[in-house]
Amino acid sequence: GYLDDQFVQLEELQDHANPNFVEEVVALFYKDSSRLLLNIDQALEKKPLEFTKLDGYMHQFKGSSSSIGAKKVKAECTLFRDYCRAGNAEGCMRTFQQLKKEYATLRKKLEAYFQ
Amino acid sequence: MTEEERIEEPRDQFPVGMRVLAVDDDPTCLTVLATLLRQCQYHVTTTSQAIMALKLLRENRDKFDLVISDVHMPDMDGFKLLEHVGLEMDLPVIMLSAYGDTKLVMKGITHGACDYLLKPVRIEELKNIWQHVVRRKKIDPKDHNNFESKDKHHTANGGGQGATSAGHPDQNVRLNKKCKDQDDDDEDEERDETDHDNDDPSTQKKPRVVWSVELHRKFVAAVNQLGIDKAVPKRILELMNVEKLTRENKYRLYLKRISSVANQQANMAAAFGAADFSSLRMGALSGYGNLRTLAGPRQFQSPSFLSFPSSGVHSRLNSSSLNMQGLSSSRMIQLGNIQSLTNPVTDPCKLQQPAVVAGSQSGNILQGMPTSLELDQLQHGKGVACIGELSTAINVPKALAVPSGFPDMKVNVGGLDNALVGFSKNSLMLRGHPQGSQGTGGATGNSFVVGASLGSDFSPQFPNHDRCKNNWQSAQSPVFSTSSLPSNDHQKCATLGPSDMRNNDSATAAHIVNNISNLPCMDAVASHMLDQIGDFQCQEAPICSSGIPNIEDIPKQTWEQDFSNRSELICGTNSLASPHNVMGPLGQSFNSNNTMFSNNMELNMIGQSNCDDPLPMQPHWAQKSALEPILDSRQGYPVAQRKVQENISNSISSIEDFMAPMVKQKHEDTTFMDGDFGCDFYSLRTCS
Repeated sequence: GYLDDQFVQLEELQDHANPNFVEEVVALFYKDSSRLLLNIDQALEKKPLEFTKLDGYMHQFKGSSSSIGAKKVKAECTLFRDYCRAGNAEGCMRTFQQLKKEYATLRKKLEAYFQ
Repeated sequence: MTEEERIEEPRDQFPVGMRVLAVDDDPTCLTVLATLLRQCQYHVTTTSQAIMALKLLRENRDKFDLVISDVHMPDMDGFKLLEHVGLEMDLPVIMLSAYGDTKLVMKGITHGACDYLLKPVRIEELKNIWQHVVRRKKIDPKDHNNFESKDKHHTANGGGQGATSAGHPDQNVRLNKKCKDQDDDDEDEERDETDHDNDDPSTQKKPRVVWSVELHRKFVAAVNQLGIDKAVPKRILELMNVEKLTRENKYRLYLKRISSVANQQANMAAAFGAADFSSLRMGALSGYGNLRTLAGPRQFQSPSFLSFPSSGVHSRLNSSSLNMQGLSSSRMIQLGNIQSLTNPVTDPCKLQQPAVVAGSQSGNILQGMPTSLELDQLQHGKGVACIGELSTAINVPKALAVPSGFPDMKVNVGGLDNALVGFSKNSLMLRGHPQGSQGTGGATGNSFVVGASLGSDFSPQFPNHDRCKNNWQSAQSPVFSTSSLPSNDHQKCATLGPSDMRNNDSATAAHIVNNISNLPCMDAVASHMLDQIGDFQCQEAPICSSGIPNIEDIPKQTWEQDFSNRSELICGTNSLASPHNVMGPLGQSFNSNNTMFSNNMELNMIGQSNCDDPLPMQPHWAQKSALEPILDSRQGYPVAQRKVQENISNSISSIEDFMAPMVKQKHEDTTFMDGDFGCDFYSLRTCS
């Protein structure tokens, strides 16, 4: 699936006191991550690539996505980081594209979920 | 609602309502975290900026029980925040991160975090975080009496410490890790208690506060913050939060010593206790540590010390300011005691006192002594205590005596009275546990230098040195701990600190400086010490086991090559006797010192052939001379520092130098060398 236990946990947190908790969190995630993704995109355009910076962005992104339980996205993040560490620009780019795809997919699904 | 109420009560409702401050730049995570925490029925406050978090915490320390912080944050590094919290508020801090590399986790621990969680955080994990708060609190109540508990806390084990050795400063709490945040608990207690408290802590097990660099840094920072004048151990401790270990450790030890030793010491202790103890304790501890290290790590401790002290003591005391002697003897005794590490220091202290008193009068000498004592003392505070005691009695060198904190020793140095205090402080600083000082030289950097404050002559600084030295090893002289200096008068330290130190070891100085910087007062001294140490090149070495325990640590410092030999100086500690020479001759050419050292070296010298260097030291000594002035100012710390530097090689010479300067500057190294030399060198060593 696209989401892991974390998401389930989030759902559990939702209760009468927090009826829209999950939705709120997800919305927050998207807002924050769009910004991040943009940053990464821009960074990826710079040549040569600044791996450290990219790594930093990815760290954040990974943190967020794991908080909502976005499993696949998180996996891509890890991969991306590995490439960064290795200094593999090509790998980074590729992974990032993949990541964006996953991200978009997830978003769509979640939107549907919340409807 | 009830949170407040809860707080008042013994928290019977705990952990419900525990107040948590959550810090994370990622809003998603922060929200999730906050929600999870609320689910656990904690009271949550969130902020996405570390700076804001600190502000909140500073506004009211009691507003929060626990802090959870992300590692990776834009405005401030999570670890930095962690340190601050630990230092200032002594609150348990949990780190949070998406990455769980061993290295990162380790880093968290060394900075004092009491736990490290991985993102995404699960609620089960959060359900248990309250244990950290409880653990800490536990120690507190005990600590109040025992300070030590606090120290213990440092290690976040708080509980472990619990032994609270009752305020044993020794509690050092395994400061090794310097749970800074935890430590503070103890410190808060403020050992001020007049030393007496510690009585037993020393025995308890004083967790020897490892005068880690961190501590030192804290110490220095604290000292700085407090200002040399106010660098009361207590305060320093507070600032250091983490430092828990310090005051108590050293102080306690010191106290113990003092009480045991005699009223004198008590007086001193009291005096010192307040200020010095912190320092001393630290220093003492450090000193002790230093001494120890000098002594040849433990060589002295047991019999070595005894022997050493006598020799060192004798030799030095005679010439050196007596203080040393007094100290030396006492120290030695202490040293001997230190062996037991446990509080024997106190004994030595006592011994010292008498001896020290005699010798310490000059105070300076004591410095040297303390170091040795400290070395032994590593006991931590004990030495310091002793030294401290001595200091008061003698010059405070006792403080130096406290070898544990050697800082006490420092005190011995020179004017030990205060110097010791300074040392004490130093000791405290040194806290680094001289025991460990061997390497750490008793955190020596700290106290010793600080110790100087007392007698300023002393090398109290030296204690710091020791501490520093000790730390040098670890941190390299964080000890310089300004702590010692801060309170006491750092007089010396302040002045000396930087100048003296400088000379010695730039390298060391660096360390020392580090340490010193920590200690506001000490800083100056420390710096001097550093310089000195640099000069000393802390020969790290071998610090002549003689006492320069600390110095050994310093070896790191590459104190100027000469010092390299210095380690031998430690041997020189024996030469400490020679330090006497130093006292006068400081400027003179350390040669005399060297010779002295040689003498000493022989004495204790563990055979430190290394001491040989001392002779070479002479050139250093010249530097030392520079240092010396510092030393004096440092209170001996510089001397101590130098000593440390010399530690090893020149230590002896330095001691001599110290002796002279100790009085004046603190030859620290040299002067200390006399008695302290062991210690100082220690410090130096440590510095090195």
